[in-house]
Amino acid sequence: MTVQPHAAPDDVILRAVQVGKVYPGTTALHGVDFAVRRGAVNVLLGENGAGKSTLMKILAGVEQPSSGQLFLDGREVRFASVNDAAAQGIGIIFQEMNLCPNLSVAENIFLRYPAVRFGIDIDRRQHIEAARALMRRLEHDIDPNALVGDLRIAQQQIVEIAKALAHDARILIMDEPTSALSATEVEILFRVIAELKSAGVAIVYISHRLEELVRIGDCVTVLRDGRLQATAEMADIDIPWLIAQMVGAMAEPAVPAPPRPDARDALRIGSVSLRNPHGGYFVDGVSLQLAAGEVVGLYGLLGAGRSELFEVLIGAQPDAEGSVVLDGEELAGLPIAARIRRGIALVPEDRQREGLVQCLSVSANLSLASLWRFLRGFAIDTAREHDAVLRAIRDLLIKVSSPNVEVTALSGGNQQKVVIGKALLTRPKVLLLDEPGRGIDVGAKAEVFRTMRHLAAEGLGVMFATSDLKEVMAVADRIVVMAGGRVTGDFPRARATEERLVAAANQGAAAAAGVAR
Amino acid sequence: MTGTASTTIASPARRRQTSPLLLLLSLRTLIALFVVLGFFSATAPNFLDIGTLVLLAKHVSINALLAIGMTFVVLTGGIDLSVGSIVGLAGMVAGGLIDRGVPLHFLHVTLFLDVPVVIAIAIAVGVLVGAINGLLVTWLSVAPFIATLGTLYVARGTALLISNGETFPNLVGRPQFHNTGFPILGAGTVLGVPVSVIALVVVGIVAAYLATRTPFGRRVYAVGGNERAALLSGVPVAKVKLAVYMISGACAAFAGLIVASELVASHPASGETFELNAIAATVLGGTSLVGGRGTIWGTVIGAFVIGILADGLVMLGVSSFWQMVIKGLVIIAAVVLDQLQRRMQRRMAIQAQAA
Repeated sequence: MTVQPHAAPDDVILRAVQVGKVYPGTTALHGVDFAVRRGAVNVLLGENGAGKSTLMKILAGVEQPSSGQLFLDGREVRFASVNDAAAQGIGIIFQEMNLCPNLSVAENIFLRYPAVRFGIDIDRRQHIEAARALMRRLEHDIDPNALVGDLRIAQQQIVEIAKALAHDARILIMDEPTSALSATEVEILFRVIAELKSAGVAIVYISHRLEELVRIGDCVTVLRDGRLQATAEMADIDIPWLIAQMVGAMAEPAVPAPPRPDARDALRIGSVSLRNPHGGYFVDGVSLQLAAGEVVGLYGLLGAGRSELFEVLIGAQPDAEGSVVLDGEELAGLPIAARIRRGIALVPEDRQREGLVQCLSVSANLSLASLWRFLRGFAIDTAREHDAVLRAIRDLLIKVSSPNVEVTALSGGNQQKVVIGKALLTRPKVLLLDEPGRGIDVGAKAEVFRTMRHLAAEGLGVMFATSDLKEVMAVADRIVVMAGGRVTGDFPRARATEERLVAAANQGAAAAAGVAR
Repeated sequence: MTGTASTTIASPARRRQTSPLLLLLSLRTLIALFVVLGFFSATAPNFLDIGTLVLLAKHVSINALLAIGMTFVVLTGGIDLSVGSIVGLAGMVAGGLIDRGVPLHFLHVTLFLDVPVVIAIAIAVGVLVGAINGLLVTWLSVAPFIATLGTLYVARGTALLISNGETFPNLVGRPQFHNTGFPILGAGTVLGVPVSVIALVVVGIVAAYLATRTPFGRRVYAVGGNERAALLSGVPVAKVKLAVYMISGACAAFAGLIVASELVASHPASGETFELNAIAATVLGGTSLVGGRGTIWGTVIGAFVIGILADGLVMLGVSSFWQMVIKGLVIIAAVVLDQLQRRMQRRMAIQAQAA
């Protein structure tokens, strides 16, 4: 069941033959074949660093292959740039968004090919009309004149999709389009995809959410370590098969250890609030406890205030109110560095923007938050620093040829491990992780969650935010639900059911929507 | 997986495959230094005389001191346009204190301070201007270019105000006031080496140590590389930025003292456009204006390249107009080569990977 016979040649609009790509530090692709079928959702699946994003970038002209060929409609093609590929009908929606926050929705949509009057000035009215029509098609009520920077992430994603649709793409590549969307927004996206499919558009779809893939995919190509692992019709296979192909063996579900009956509170939060600029609250009177040795999952929809709560706890929001007591010591009013020294560490949600210093080495990134540990007088004791860095690389199984490699040479999952390693090198008592499984594959995710359980067993308090129900049910000892900036549910795992969590998460949803608009 | 990680870590040296061309490119500032040295020793008579070289080193030390301070600022992603004005201001402060003293009207006496105190006060003034720059950039979120452009004018105006535009013509000091000795800074030597050159060596070593071996240095690079990530890692971003502008101000004031001491006079317009030379030396030395990349040694070598070029062209009798053209071309070439090196390193890494 691994390799299906090729689809009829006339069905294939774009074919990659033996495509390879080499980056500094990694070989992303070793001669991969990939066929994109017309009027179908072509799923591309693989762990982080398996080469999905690279293959997709080659198809869209963002990167040029180091070897191999591309055939569009049977003719060999070579894309010099994204514009070149777009001119031939290939559109792409990036995982990391490619919008200009300082321009309006309409301006972003028509950035590449603005409609002009008499070949000179931009036809603003036509832009706005066309943008409005696209938004109607996408069932979203986003003002074409609104600044993209003012939109929520989910709305920005819709604008990305509109941008690709505006250029009549025959092939539309979507890299994790649902990672920032709520359940209802995902439904709308799926309707749009179905509509595009029936219009004959070929969709290349990349996601880590397997249920999603099984639901909307027509055929699937699995990559592993930059090589083609398998291709199959989605109808013939199921989720365990997908996982097996991706990871190489059936991934065992992360089985949490029984929670320790440890009464000591590692972290006590008392009525923490943070105002938003619109007069409401990002975080609204949140009180909760985290015991040492406990893993708490902070579940909620996008905009529930989880990331903001974490920012308050680490000290990145100096205007916050309320008390944060770490191991019996009040943290409120302290700067970030002092809080880290006292034993709280944060793994931020967006590793590129908030987690890594791109121009520094893996080693310098790992030790950045814990330099005080390696001091000898005024200077850094590089030998001790080096030892600690090597230990972190080994403990977290970071795949890197040398700690002196620039951190950007690593794959996404390994970059995420560097961010986690940086937090762990501060020897925290409480570790906060914001969406630690976001954008990384099943294997790396399992590794990250195993590490979290392991740390809890060593006596750390671990709290992680997620919008993935399965994830929170599988990993957490206790699940706290947030909605609209408030805690709307607190369940020990034994009493948590998906229904209860969803109900609690939607309890303040109306309030949340009101705040966001 | 653990196996691969640990075995490859064990031999990091093996990975460092370099092509001769890449080696040449990465040492380009040093090579440029030897090229200009070689060229002028062949063409300009007496270029390699000890006297010429000592004079050259003295010229360079002023710009190199400014550029060292500038490098810290640029590494954080900022820029300091006020250093030239601080040169003028520090010189005028020192000149005023030595030449006129501090009139204490209520006692009907004038206080003349010892030279070390004068020097300390002038440097403190530089640090103060730097602190103002830093506070503007951090507290008030003014873009560094604008903040330091503002203090460029304010400091220069203040320098002119001190003497109403006049020059303090004689900084020798008077023995009866115990304030002699200021000219040593610019004219004195220790074992034949000018004091200003020794100062450059000391400041250079301290700065390089600070940049590479201390948490402060690491934080400077982190702030320039990704400010948000640095902040969330507990780096006190505002303090780091404040510190780099203060360092730059101190370096500039020190350079201003050397200029005034060499001339044994302080002129309120001295140091004009020095900020541009400092930025040029920094960029020539391989520091990225975006922040996060660069070294102190590169900057010092960059300052020497510019200095040798300037002095050598003067010795050859090249017109000052052509000198400007050539300096500009060298700066552009430096940046182009820097980009070339990045691209080549990438390609090399890719080839090494493919092999």
